[in-house]
Amino acid sequence: MGLFSLFISALLVNNIIFARFMGICPFLGVSKKLDTAMGMGVAVTFVITLSSIITWLLQKYILLNFGLEYLQTVVFILVIAALVQFVEMFLKKSAPSLYEALGVFLPLITTNCAVLGVALINVQDEFLQSNLLATIVHSLGASLSFLLAIVLFAGIRERLEFSDVPKAFEGFPVALITAGLMSLAFLGFSGLAI
Amino acid sequence: MSKKIDIIKNGIINENPTFVQLLGMCPTLAVTTSGKNGMAMGLAVTAVLMCSNAVISALRKVIPDKIRIPAFIVIIASFVTVIDMMMHAFSYDLYQQLGLFIPLIVVNCVILGRAEAFASKNPVGDSICDGFGMGVGFTIALTVLGCVREILGAGSIFGLVLFGESFQPALMMIMPPGAFIALGCLIAMVNHRNNKKNA
Repeated sequence: MGLFSLFISALLVNNIIFARFMGICPFLGVSKKLDTAMGMGVAVTFVITLSSIITWLLQKYILLNFGLEYLQTVVFILVIAALVQFVEMFLKKSAPSLYEALGVFLPLITTNCAVLGVALINVQDEFLQSNLLATIVHSLGASLSFLLAIVLFAGIRERLEFSDVPKAFEGFPVALITAGLMSLAFLGFSGLAI
Repeated sequence: MSKKIDIIKNGIINENPTFVQLLGMCPTLAVTTSGKNGMAMGLAVTAVLMCSNAVISALRKVIPDKIRIPAFIVIIASFVTVIDMMMHAFSYDLYQQLGLFIPLIVVNCVILGRAEAFASKNPVGDSICDGFGMGVGFTIALTVLGCVREILGAGSIFGLVLFGESFQPALMMIMPPGAFIALGCLIAMVNHRNNKKNA
């Protein structure tokens, strides 16, 4: 599989929100405004890409080497939690303006299942297991698919505020139905042959 | 005793994690392609939730406040690993169908949410009851959603075929879009009932 088709398939065909159902909590939680959605998306992209590289190296050179695969879940989640903390401290010191913009979202990312999910897919898939470059491309595609989904969804949700919705559907239910319709649209990409 | 029953009831009805608190959406949407899968995921989460609540509550005076979140996550991850191995050994079919979402129980916000909001402040007995109530509430929600999607999308319930040959199942309900739409409608129904009750 070429790297480009890997990227496109992670971005559109296997969209992490609409096809794989990962990271739904922040997707529904922080998508009320376009700019906060953008902030969350960028922060997640950053963390997913970085954490998948580290977890991939850890899996290959430490866990597999010493026969410790059963510690995978514990090790990965700790790495992600530590990484998120580290990124937060680093940004605070070196890029305060970016930190201000992302600040609130960074701690939330630890419990975003997209991060752990992508890391686990990377070490379970046979092709990605053996190829670090492909892993990076795949993680980048998957995390950008999160950004794409949450930004599109926030754009629709901002308009939804002003529309006349039946009382029982107000708020969360109508957002879910919207997500369902978007997911239906993304299903169309599954016919994409690259 | 009545306090414990109240705690359990609170988890199942008043503060149902899925329909009222809207937590743990990823497994809720992803694994409910059939009633059986939904129920299995619900039970796995219940088991982890009860164990982690018990341990976190027992250690609540030992864990320093500053590093409590990483400590909670490690405790939860250990129990998830245990469940993961048990499912691998005893029900391989389910293990394969739930796939990635078993290790992902670690980042289910219901579990960390209850650890933070309840187990870290209350005694062990109450925390186990809270874990049980929340777990059962979650299981019921997942089973209902799974059944609705299975009936509409495959024409069966828990694998039993309900309709005759002429029934044309709406395949969409089993695919990803159906999950969002079915959950949206179910939550709207719960809202409608609550609105009526309050009015």
